[in-house]
Amino acid sequence: MKRIFAKEHLCIGCRLCEVHCLVQHSKSKRIITAMTREKSHITPRVRVQESGQVTFALQCRHCERPRCLEACMTGAITRDPKTGIILHDADKCVGCWMCLMSCPVGAIQRGREGHVASKCDLCQGLDVPACVENCPNEALVFEERSR
Amino acid sequence: MRKWLVEPDFLVERDLDRCINCQVCVRQCANDVHYYDEEGELVASDSEHCVGCHRCATLCPTKAISIQEAPLQFRPNGNWTAERIRAVYKQAEGGGILLTAMGNDRPLPVLWDSLLLNASQVTNPSIDPLREPMELVTFLGRKPDRVKVSAAADGHVRLETQLGPQLRLQTPIMFSAMSYGSISYNASLSLARAAREAGTFANSGEGGLHRDFRPYADNMIVQVASGRFGVDVDYLNLAAAVEIKIGQGAKPGIGGHLPAEKVDAEISATRMIPERTDALSPAPHHDIYSIEDLRQLIFALKEATRYGKPVGVKISAVHNVAAIASGCVRAGADFVSIDGVRGGTGAAPTVIRDHVGIPIELALAAVDSRLREEGIRNQASIVAAGSFRSSGDVIKAIALGADAVYIGTAALVAMGCHLCQRCYTGKCNWGIATQDPTLTKRLNPDVGTRRLTNLLRGWSLEIKEMLGGMGINAIESLRGNREHLRGVGLGDRELNILGIKAAGE
Repeated sequence: MKRIFAKEHLCIGCRLCEVHCLVQHSKSKRIITAMTREKSHITPRVRVQESGQVTFALQCRHCERPRCLEACMTGAITRDPKTGIILHDADKCVGCWMCLMSCPVGAIQRGREGHVASKCDLCQGLDVPACVENCPNEALVFEERSR
Repeated sequence: MRKWLVEPDFLVERDLDRCINCQVCVRQCANDVHYYDEEGELVASDSEHCVGCHRCATLCPTKAISIQEAPLQFRPNGNWTAERIRAVYKQAEGGGILLTAMGNDRPLPVLWDSLLLNASQVTNPSIDPLREPMELVTFLGRKPDRVKVSAAADGHVRLETQLGPQLRLQTPIMFSAMSYGSISYNASLSLARAAREAGTFANSGEGGLHRDFRPYADNMIVQVASGRFGVDVDYLNLAAAVEIKIGQGAKPGIGGHLPAEKVDAEISATRMIPERTDALSPAPHHDIYSIEDLRQLIFALKEATRYGKPVGVKISAVHNVAAIASGCVRAGADFVSIDGVRGGTGAAPTVIRDHVGIPIELALAAVDSRLREEGIRNQASIVAAGSFRSSGDVIKAIALGADAVYIGTAALVAMGCHLCQRCYTGKCNWGIATQDPTLTKRLNPDVGTRRLTNLLRGWSLEIKEMLGGMGINAIESLRGNREHLRGVGLGDRELNILGIKAAGE
């Protein structure tokens, strides 16, 4: 399956990926509305990690063997059998945070949407996820890679 | 300290209805113009240090930022313009030489804009380059005085004359000398890669050839300048051609200075100088005080490269450029590069950049005419440089007598440069003229290569269209063909030097 990969040597740390992720997951899908009125209850699923000069965007790796899925007691985290994407159903989530604790890369967050977790869904419905599409330096790529 | 009299050049305005406080501008500005006000929980700007590079405005996802010329107006004065008053303030404060970068920004007449091209109508057919082959291939190097051919019994024709080394260009546009050091690793890499992809040449500049660029050396011209940075026998032999840099259009007659803070481990290794030391290029080559001395260096380089590569000389367009170019050709140069007064730089004293040199249009025409008159035009190719802004400028230069042109500023603009003229500060927000690792990574070399290749492709297509319109199917037929140019708004003297007729003649 296609996954998002970060080229950390090209990441400029602008965090536009976070902005566009939030907009994509907003109701209005309009940047100004989303970033002002809706911001408080939407979580950007991608987070830019920073340490000195090194920055890169981190989002769910959609692992082959997802620890979060194994840890989820309510079945809120599932694998889409067709695409292989690891999905999170907020309606089933009880906010026990076991997924957060089991995720080896720290890509799951407590969501602003309520007492629920939040993670990347690879922008279902888009050909290319919003963060990849809007990275100004092409530091994010969406591609198939053999593991 | 008393109040600094220099007011900001720009006014940064933020449309608060559009600003989403995402702080992209804060993270992108190396001049600390934008900041996040923790208490007010909003992004604010302080125009004082804005250089007008547009990095913030370009990346702002809601286009909330606008940058304007500072509205602070002096009393209108045709003589004492705001620019001149500000320059005096700066100098009164600092007491030094004012620095600047990029090409001359004064409103000097751009003669390209006074030259117009011909096209076919009725009496000669134009050619559609989409349907018929159109040749842009250009060879740079010494051409023989005459060629001897022999025909074998089977009718096969053979060239008997031995040709000197030639550079084969797919399009008559090359990238100007820009050293690694003056521009970033990623910018240099983009230029080298784009040159390879487009079948043309990039020029290493005077800063040596980084080991990572050596695989691209077949598409690189290397420079030997007064500082001799990074010059050894491998450097000379790897490259496609060698260029002796005597002068640069932006700063004729003066040397260069790459400040120590830019000389990191990689640049120090490439330039073969100690780390964190100033890279000083003397104004003259201290072993070249005459044409005879130049000849010695040209032949030393030819010997070192076993006469296998063209060796050229780059000079600034100055008053006696025709005589100097003639001397260079007689000294053995296989090509002469001429850099006009509008040529760019990474750093130069403003007064030199703005007031020294002559326009490339006149210099090029004068050199081409002189070499023809002396019967030595075939002995060297002419490469024109000094601000080619479009394919129109390029084709006019070819018609005036250039074999090829160098583009520097246009190439940088293709990579994102906004001509803020602050290269010398080392804080290029576009990741081009800087060595700061947080800034250099802003230029993705894949993106840079793609944009440069696109530019060359676009210009080449346009040149083909214009050639076709003139009814010419090879750039070779336009070279030095001044009949295809007419001047508008030029005096007799200029027309005479350019060797062209006035429009209507």
